[in-house]
Amino acid sequence: MDPIYMDYNATTPTDPRVFDVMAPYFTKVFGNAASRTHQFGWDAEEAVEKAREQIASLINAHPKEIVFTSGATESDNLAIKGVLEMYADKGDHVITLETEHKAVLDSCKALEKAGKRVTYLGVGADGLVSMDELREAITDKTVLVSIMHANNEIGVVQPITEIGALCRENGVLFHTDAVQSVGKIAFDVESMNVDLAALSAHKMYGPKGVGALYVRRRKPRVRVTPIIDGGGHERGMRSGTLNVPGIVGFGAAAALAEAEMDAEAKRLLSLKARLVDGINAKLDDVYINGSDKSVLPGTVNMSFAYVEGESLLMGINDIAVSSGSACTSASLEPSYVLKALGLGDELAHSSIRFGMGRFSTEEDVDFVVDKVVSVVTRLRELSPLWEMVQEGIDLSTVQWSSH
Amino acid sequence: MAYSDKVIEHYNNPKNVGSLDKGADNVGTGVVGAPECGDVMKLQIQVSDDGVIEDAKFKTFGCGSAIASSSLATEWVKGRTVEEAAQLKNTEIVQELSLPPIKIHCSVLAEDAIKAALADWQSKQDDTAE
Repeated sequence: MDPIYMDYNATTPTDPRVFDVMAPYFTKVFGNAASRTHQFGWDAEEAVEKAREQIASLINAHPKEIVFTSGATESDNLAIKGVLEMYADKGDHVITLETEHKAVLDSCKALEKAGKRVTYLGVGADGLVSMDELREAITDKTVLVSIMHANNEIGVVQPITEIGALCRENGVLFHTDAVQSVGKIAFDVESMNVDLAALSAHKMYGPKGVGALYVRRRKPRVRVTPIIDGGGHERGMRSGTLNVPGIVGFGAAAALAEAEMDAEAKRLLSLKARLVDGINAKLDDVYINGSDKSVLPGTVNMSFAYVEGESLLMGINDIAVSSGSACTSASLEPSYVLKALGLGDELAHSSIRFGMGRFSTEEDVDFVVDKVVSVVTRLRELSPLWEMVQEGIDLSTVQWSSH
Repeated sequence: MAYSDKVIEHYNNPKNVGSLDKGADNVGTGVVGAPECGDVMKLQIQVSDDGVIEDAKFKTFGCGSAIASSSLATEWVKGRTVEEAAQLKNTEIVQELSLPPIKIHCSVLAEDAIKAALADWQSKQDDTAE
């Protein structure tokens, strides 16, 4: 049996309909979109401009506000570093969250090394930012707030409409990493007062290696200093020959997402309910990490107490999921996102992210429920922690030996 | 991460899972590790009057390599004298299971668990001798 893919927050397959649209741009329509002197270039440029419109339409932007990049990591870097450099006269302070993607956090760390100041706001147990804390963190030196729309590990959706309004009120630019949300839930740069947004094609059934940065053009006009020097493509903000097939695929993926999003969100919500209810019906001591209300339709992060995440993954190796367990990373530290929720390390070690998407089925979910239940049950029989809890021992009172 | 066949075999069919009566005088219990580190091993030995480990059981919260290390440790100590068991080195576990460097701590924990079980058994013998 082929493994079941339930890691749609990591990446998605390119939709075959998208791939079909892309194919001719590798071999037939291969021109450089910057070649203004012949048909090959004009055809490529036309395809790029169509994709720009499709992506702009999905987020209610103007096509000229879409800057193509190599992916969302580059987009986040460009937004954060580019704004702080461009607006250096105005201030030197950025506000972000502890639970942001590394592309944002490490861009901020790089800024700190360059003498800028960064405030990393914590989140509540539900994973959501406190609007009061955000309001208090803004100073007259704050240039940028960078808060993600939906979190990659727990799927929690931040109140970006409120955040956008607050930033606008205070004359602070608002960047959001919208990689996980765009194409899955409503994202509107106008109603949400977003000034910059990082997007990625491969999280929405487009190809890998292409992304975009939305950069607001009016009210206010936002400018970023480029981080890559070269031929001045993309209105001078991102030099480099455009990845035409990738961009065409990104556009086609955006058009599909726009057409299918509402129905797909409903379907995924029901699949997720089937998964969560199925597991809860047969297992105790299972916890959902982060808000179960303000969350992406197809994503749920669960902790299975008294079972270690990597051993669980090993038991369900015919299901592709991610874990916040230390052992899955090189660092031996459990997920910083889960720790930011105030989750104890032991529950962070026991966490699994289930990410369902366009090609997930009820049969997939039923298989996953049965498998997870049987492996967790078996591992609990093996777990000294489970045994202690059954004996009525409070684990927090145990004196553990460290190693 | 790729696991060796032996780790997978111990994970799928762990040997000597269970518990012995930790109150019994001839049983030594070692619990090592901590939940926040992602591994806790409980290893128990039952020692005959002539100092031979006649039974061993374990329970482990941890990754596949930790489960395999403790499963292997129980197999190895069974039938040995307490003196022989005390000589077991984590490097033997690393070698047998082909553990990668990042998993060596699992074997260290298994060695610690054996030592802790032996120490617990020894302290019970000292108590009865008094």
